[in-house]
Parts: sequence; C-alpha cells; structure tokens
Amino acid sequence: MKEFLEFFSFADANVRFVTLGSVLLAGSSAVVGCFTLLRKRALVGDAVAHAVLPGVCLAFILSGTKNPLILLIGAFITGWLSLILIDFITSRSRIKEDTAIGLVLSVFFGIGILLLTSIQHSGNAAQSGLDKFLFGKAASLVGEDLIVFSFVAILLLATTIVFYKELKLLCFDETYAKTIGYPVRGLELLLTTLTVLAVVVGIQAVGVVLMAAMLITPAAAARFWTDKLGVMLVFAAIIGAFSGLAGAFVSYTAPAMPTGPWIVLIVSMIAILSFAFAPNKGWVARIIRRRRNKKLILEENLLKLLYQLGESKQDYTTNRPLQELLAKRAFPAKEAKKGLARLSAQGYLEKKKSGWELTTQGIKRGRRVVRLHRLWELYLTQYLQLASDHVHEDAETIEHIITPELEQRLLEELNYPQLDPHSTHIPGVTKLIN
Amino acid sequence: MNAFWIILTGSLVATCCSLLGCYLILRRMAMVGDAISHAVLPGIVIAFLLTGSRDSVPMLIGAGLLGVLTTFLIEFFHRYARVQSDAAIGVTFTWLFAIGIILISVFAGQVDLDQDCVLYGEIAYVPLDLWITESGLSLGPRTVWTIGAVTILIILFIVVGYKELFLTAFDPGYAAAIGVSTTLWYYLLMTAVSLTTVASFESVGAILVVALLVAPPATAYLLTDKFKTMLVLSVLLGIVASFAGYYLAVWLDGSIAGAIATITGIEFMLAFLFSPSKGILIRKKLLHPVQH
Repeated sequence: MKEFLEFFSFADANVRFVTLGSVLLAGSSAVVGCFTLLRKRALVGDAVAHAVLPGVCLAFILSGTKNPLILLIGAFITGWLSLILIDFITSRSRIKEDTAIGLVLSVFFGIGILLLTSIQHSGNAAQSGLDKFLFGKAASLVGEDLIVFSFVAILLLATTIVFYKELKLLCFDETYAKTIGYPVRGLELLLTTLTVLAVVVGIQAVGVVLMAAMLITPAAAARFWTDKLGVMLVFAAIIGAFSGLAGAFVSYTAPAMPTGPWIVLIVSMIAILSFAFAPNKGWVARIIRRRRNKKLILEENLLKLLYQLGESKQDYTTNRPLQELLAKRAFPAKEAKKGLARLSAQGYLEKKKSGWELTTQGIKRGRRVVRLHRLWELYLTQYLQLASDHVHEDAETIEHIITPELEQRLLEELNYPQLDPHSTHIPGVTKLIN
Repeated sequence: MNAFWIILTGSLVATCCSLLGCYLILRRMAMVGDAISHAVLPGIVIAFLLTGSRDSVPMLIGAGLLGVLTTFLIEFFHRYARVQSDAAIGVTFTWLFAIGIILISVFAGQVDLDQDCVLYGEIAYVPLDLWITESGLSLGPRTVWTIGAVTILIILFIVVGYKELFLTAFDPGYAAAIGVSTTLWYYLLMTAVSLTTVASFESVGAILVVALLVAPPATAYLLTDKFKTMLVLSVLLGIVASFAGYYLAVWLDGSIAGAIATITGIEFMLAFLFSPSKGILIRKKLLHPVQH
C-alpha cells in the first residue's frame, strides 16, 4: 500500500518519466493498431517490429552515436522497407502474405542480430545499451528519450484525428474510397508510415518481440466492446495506457521485473477477459444467446404444434397430453416438458387434468408462427421459383426470425394471400382497410 | 572440429525446419509456425524448473505440449470467441512469450537461460557441452544428439505420413472424404513443429527457427512445382545456408544463427529475381519473344 501511494503521488521524477513514457507509448500504438487490425493486417506490425533492428544497428555503425533521433531514423527506414518488401513479394510472386511476413520478419531480424552481435564483439564502448531494443527499457527512460517519444506519440495521435474520416473509409470500404476520389495509395502509405512510427517508438517500451502485442492486443480487446470506430479507438488507447501504467507500477515495486513483458501480460489478460466476457460479442454472451434462442425456438414450435393440431376441427382449446405432442413431432421429451412449463408460466398455456390447453394469448402466438411459416413458403415458391416440397425446411428456421415489420412487407408483396403453396389456409391474414 | 559440429547442428536444424516449413507455407500457416516458436518459451522454462536440468526429454515434452496448446488457443479464440485469425495469433504468442520472459526473470537464479539466448540462441557454444559417458568416452556435443534424434523422427513422420500430410495440405475436402482425419494430422503436424522448435531453441533461438521454417521452403516454392522436389530443395537450401552462414559469421565476428538467417534471405532474394520459371527478372524476358 505504501508503495502504491508512493508511486501514484508521482513525487519521484524517475517515476514520472517512466509512467508518462509507458502510457504515451502504449496508448499511441494502440490507436494505430486499431486501423491495422481492421484492415486484417495485424501481423504486419510484428514484421515491422523485427525489421527495425537492422536499421538501428546500421544507424549506429554509420553515425557512431546512440543519439535517439538518429537511431529512430535508421529504424524508420528499415521498418518502412520491410512493409514495402512484403507488398512487393506478395504482388510479384506466388508467395502468400503470411509466408512473406514470416520471411521478411525473420530475415530482417537475423540481419539485425548479426550486425548487433558484430558491433558488440567489436569492443566499441559506445555500443552498450543497443541491445535494449530487444527487450525494451521502459524502466530506464530518461528525459531526453522522453521528449523525442512524446513528440512522436503526439504526432501520431494528431495525424489520426486529422485523417480520421479518410482512414475510417480506407478500413471499411476501400473500393468506395477509391470511387469518390480519395487518394487510396496515399492513405495506405500514410497508415504504413503511422504503423512504422508507432513501432519505432513503442519498441523503446517493450522491445522487438513484444511490440506486436502493443499494436494488436488492445485493438483486439476494444473490438469486443463496441462497433463504433471512434469508441474503439478511445477504448484501445485506454486499455493500452492502463497497461502501460500498470507495467510501470510493477517494475517500480519489483525493480528486477522486466517492464515490457509485464505490460504485455496485463494487456493480454484484459484482451482474454474481453474475448470471454464482453457483452454481446464475448464467448459467454454468445453461448447465453444461443441457449436463449434455442429455448425460444422450442417454445414457438410447441405453440405452433398445438395450434396446428387444433386446426382440423377449428378447436384450439382441446387439452392435449405431452405424449400426443411427442407423437406428432420428435421433441426431446425433457426439453419439451420444461418448455411447456415455461409457456404456462408466461400465460400462453394452461395445465389441465388431461393435458395442455392454449390460452387466448397462446392461440394468437401460435397462429402467428403458423402464418409466418406459410407466408414464407409462399414467398419462396413465388419469388424464388422453388418447388413447393423444397420450402418447408427454410421456413422452419425463418419463422422464428421474421419481425412484425418484415411480416407486413411480406403480406404486401404477396397481396394478402389466403392459401399457401400446399393449398392450406394461412390463418389470420386480414387486409387493413385504410 | 568446432566448425564441423556447429555446421552439423545448423544443418540438422535446417533439415527439420525446412521439411516442416514446406507444409506450413502451403497451408498458409507460416505465422502459426512463428507463433509456436515463441510460445514454447514458458514450456521450456517450466520444464527446466521442474526437472532442474537441460536434460532434453522432459523439455521436449513440456514445450511440445505448450506448442500444441498454442495451436489450440489460436483455434479457440478464432472459432469460439470469433477473434479475427491474425489477431488471435498475435495475441496468443505475445502473451505466452511475455509469460516466458517473466518466468525467466522471476527464477533468474535457477534457470540457466538468458533473454538474449532465447532470441538468437548460442549455436557457438554447442561444441562445449559434450556428452561424456561414464567410462570417459566423448560422444560429441549433446545438442547434436538431441537434434539428430528429432531430425530422424521428423523424417520418419514425413515418410510414414506422406500421403496423409500431402492430402490434408492440398485437398482437405478429398482427404476427409476418403477417411483421413484432417484434425488429427493438423495437430500431428503442429506437434512436430513444436518438437523441432524446442530442439532448435538452444542453438538458434526463437526467431531464427522461423527463418529456417519459412525462408528455404519459400525459396524452393519459387523454383519448382513438384512437392517432392520442393521438400528436397528446401533441405538443400537450408544446409547451404548453414555452411555459408557459419563462414559469414566468422568473417563478421557476429552471431552464427543471425548469419544463417541472413543467408536464407539472400537465397530467397536470388530465387525471387532469377528463378528460371518464376523469377521476376526472367519472367519479363519470357513475355516478350512470344509475339509472332
């Protein structure tokens, strides 16, 4: 607790630097990552991250200094080159994109390692610290680094805001963007540049290998919480920034711990929890929804069957035992029993001594399902020219989905029909006179 | 003699990786290979902590299991949580790799692995770790035995399962129709990739395994249309890269594994430009004289 307060009072200048640095880096790369994720090119960031290494080494060999600006320029050049190469290889040969990414990633990294080890063995005293690019050095960010990185991070965010509309269209409808005269090539180049910049800067925090996580993971997590791009960007930035903060805190309380991997671990846990528990899109929500739909379909099928059984004698209030229902249609017995109980609790059925009876509500709902089924069968035979013995299966599914508005449209299209393709009466079709 | 052992190790690693890589790139799963090679790290560390040694069998099993788990996780995120597939790969491997690095830091005293070694291995130290029998007879470096055994296993796997692997890679629908389980062979292939990655880890590290998994098969893919030729060619390319890489590293006084990866890149570039059938410089020439 004491450490917690110490850390969050930000009294220590070092803590301020590290925290601000991690938050800015993680936040800005998360924003750019959203765009690459939506363009289905998430792993490209991984390639850039690895390809940065030879650039850093070459910049050091040529300039002989560790000036962060010069190293960043070197990193920027090879990072950019790697993306161009991936595009070039995939477009000019039969090599597929995943292979091209893996190839460029590992070969550039190999060259980087060769140069790095060669520099280390050369005995040049100035080289110490270059290997920080491998695993990041968020915990030892100093003022000078911070100025450069904050500048780049703000540049990234500003560019994203300025070109928000254009980038959005590029992600979701490239063809349309081209049609209305957007410079799509230019925008692609802009996004590429932003990705490279984000990587070059982010590498300072988490290192080469884990950089991919800073681009992909917050974006993937944010995608599960919203369908709006603007909201997704903000969420991703918050998730990234929070992980940056948490990582900085961990390395403050346990200095031996590597900051980068902790940031990645935290952001991954957030992502995995989102995958599992996010409302609507998460795994659990999906399972619950599927269960609920299954129940609903069973209930509607029961009501439909009771209604159909009554149709021949126009007598919908006869009591019918479960066995009679099961003989007509192969419901799983246990589920059907539960379904009937639920329906009677909802007021659609009543349990009598000799079986189940439809209430007025139940008749209405059962009739609607039957009507939708037959309307759809008619629609398929009339508009899709399907044979009348081929339409039942399809109608069996769609009858649970059609909304009242769609029902109205169907009625209008079919001109308020009375008979379905099997010449059976469609119940409850009345033309409203207005 | 050291040069001989290092080049032999490199060639053995290259053989396993290139063979399996052919299947990976044809199945468009190169990045899954990349993911596995990173994700086995926590398995290696945990196996190390449990057994307290670099003894290879538990390590192979531990990390092999983790490799398969990685594939499971990627599949799970993609299929059940509907994460888009590239993001599922990216999230899974960085997560597991981060856990591995953290474990190394936590147990720094007990685990004889350092972070740099994880990335690019220490093939130069291979000749130092000799396997000496109780009677004092030296049987050569331990690593050579491990990776040699894995190589034999992989070759056996490919010879025995050639038909099934071929079918599931090229025509999964047909394979399923004649009763070959695509899932089973998929996971068998992934197990083989995990084993190879773990066995090569100490000598070439996580990322250079990827270079050998992807680059020689991709190069061979540009040189031939026959799958068997592709397998043989990629092994040859891998072995050539080990030789040339060793001498390049000696010349530059740098990492041998890095140099091998560099050479595989150069091989690919040459094939990309000059391949008789598919090189972009050659193809252009072929297009012109066709006018009559």
